[in-house]
Amino acid sequence: MPNSKGKAAFGVGLATLGLTAGVGALLAARSKDRPARDDAPNSAGRRGYQGHDIVGRSVTIAKARKELFDYWSDFANLASFMENLVSVTKDGANDRATWTIRAPAGQTVDVVTEVVANRPGEMIAWKSVPESQIKTEGNVTFEDAPGDRGTRVSLTIDYSPPGGELGKAIASLFLREPQIQARHDLKRFKMLMETGEVTTSARRKSETRAAKIQQNEKAETA
Amino acid sequence: MRALTFHGKHDVRVDTVDDPEIVNPRDAIIKVTSTAICGSDLHLYDGVIPAVLEGDILGHEFMGEVVEIGPKSNLKKGQRVVVPFTISCGQCFHCQVQQFSCCSNSNPAEKQDMSATLYGQAMAGLFGYSHLTGGYSGGQAEYVRVPYSDVGPIVIPDHLEDDKVLFLSDILPTGWMGAENADIGPDDTVAVWGCGPVGLFAIQSALAMGAAQVIAIDHYPHRLELARKLGAQTINFRETDVREALMEMSGGIGVDAVIDAVGMEAHGFAIDNMLDIAKQKIGIGADRASALKQAILAVRRGGRVSIPGVYGGMTDKFPLGALMEKGLQVRSGQTHVQKYTKDLLAKIEDGTLDTTFLISHRLPLEQAPKGYKNFKEQQDSWTKVVLKPDMELAA
Repeated sequence: MPNSKGKAAFGVGLATLGLTAGVGALLAARSKDRPARDDAPNSAGRRGYQGHDIVGRSVTIAKARKELFDYWSDFANLASFMENLVSVTKDGANDRATWTIRAPAGQTVDVVTEVVANRPGEMIAWKSVPESQIKTEGNVTFEDAPGDRGTRVSLTIDYSPPGGELGKAIASLFLREPQIQARHDLKRFKMLMETGEVTTSARRKSETRAAKIQQNEKAETA
Repeated sequence: MRALTFHGKHDVRVDTVDDPEIVNPRDAIIKVTSTAICGSDLHLYDGVIPAVLEGDILGHEFMGEVVEIGPKSNLKKGQRVVVPFTISCGQCFHCQVQQFSCCSNSNPAEKQDMSATLYGQAMAGLFGYSHLTGGYSGGQAEYVRVPYSDVGPIVIPDHLEDDKVLFLSDILPTGWMGAENADIGPDDTVAVWGCGPVGLFAIQSALAMGAAQVIAIDHYPHRLELARKLGAQTINFRETDVREALMEMSGGIGVDAVIDAVGMEAHGFAIDNMLDIAKQKIGIGADRASALKQAILAVRRGGRVSIPGVYGGMTDKFPLGALMEKGLQVRSGQTHVQKYTKDLLAKIEDGTLDTTFLISHRLPLEQAPKGYKNFKEQQDSWTKVVLKPDMELAA
């Protein structure tokens, strides 16, 4: 995989961290069936149950389902609101795409995914290809919100926890950050779709978060 | 540019900082011609609002001239505009139902977690009012970056001078919404706590909405005099038992609606307010709500409670029983400014509403720290301070 900034040399653990931060997933164990006691979705926390089951977040966006689906299904657009994503490029064959993701210390990591399900206007699901060093799968669903409120967008991303002591250490260090990232990325998606821009309170272009992330990368790679 | 910046409790300074620039397509840059110090700025000044950082530019009541526009702004260079203190995108669910101060897009994603933790959901963006509300640079400056400039700013006709329209940015619509939230009918007696700018405009609005009787409560003689001039009856809470007076003045029924235009730093002598003062001093997030507590006890059964006064945290010993047992309705919130600006501008133009009586002092921006100090310490005579960046410093 081509990578302009050099491969991350952290092994699977850190690479996976970068990935989950990039696509805004929650870290969690793979889903297990839990007893259904009420109608809350599995992405909601439940008392007495260890953590979250499946990971994900929902937002309601005041736009038509098709418009949102079309924007998302072109993966090249994802970097416009997913902060830790440098780019997504299509590889052509088999709906494959290469996600280039920001990793610590100015590095990037690549992961190759293929689309495993695509129901236009409703859902799109992707999974890392078998030979990918990083294992991940995710899906995003679009459903009409009640009344005139537009569309509910739900993002779910699973990942296999990294193995070994190093993997555990990294997961415990960074466990919280991807949850926050997931929430923020979906909010930025909503802002971009509804208002045409990602909201910032920066007074100058050089002070936006996007600009600062790039400045940090330059400093770290220098 | 020059701008009024926060450096700590009771320490604000005019510093030289970088000019703002167009960042997003819908932005505009406004060259400020008039900007006011708001009573709620004193909460920042007193250090009782969290997440105000050193160097933050304060100010959320401002107007000026459009000097730069982004490609998606619908403003034109040279237009005079008043800018609402609430930042609203115009397109989210809340904006679509005119709950502009509840906009779900105007607080940047990475700034939303703090207020979401405090309040259950994140607040909208506001100018110059802490990082809870986005960390936007405020209007007590020579220039301001205004996001969503196609939604918020209202264009002002040339014949209306700044002093007549500046308060469309906050306190005039805030007073108006405070009265509207009290659901005033023609036979109603309405009591207003606090005769600061918002309270005075709420009195003016309540009378314009047809209230039979408006009673103003404060302890500053000059402010009570302003209320009287507007047509209100007055109670000085330092001299009079407020609840007894209100019962007598409403013929034993209790007042139909109450408006709390005081907020979180209420004066008061009850023991629980003294405890709240102590808690606020050691920074444990207590709101002093003595005006609101008194209002809830004074309002009649089945009455209405409107709260335009600002609160930020928790309060203790709240008269919840009175609220429930008397069957009260409560309405509150930051003002949905964009909902009111057009109608209120028309009322200013046809002379129904006058706001200039309120201004007691006009100062150059350079003297803003003096404005804060005096507005805080001499509330009786310093009723409203307007800062003018272009005004010459007095010799």
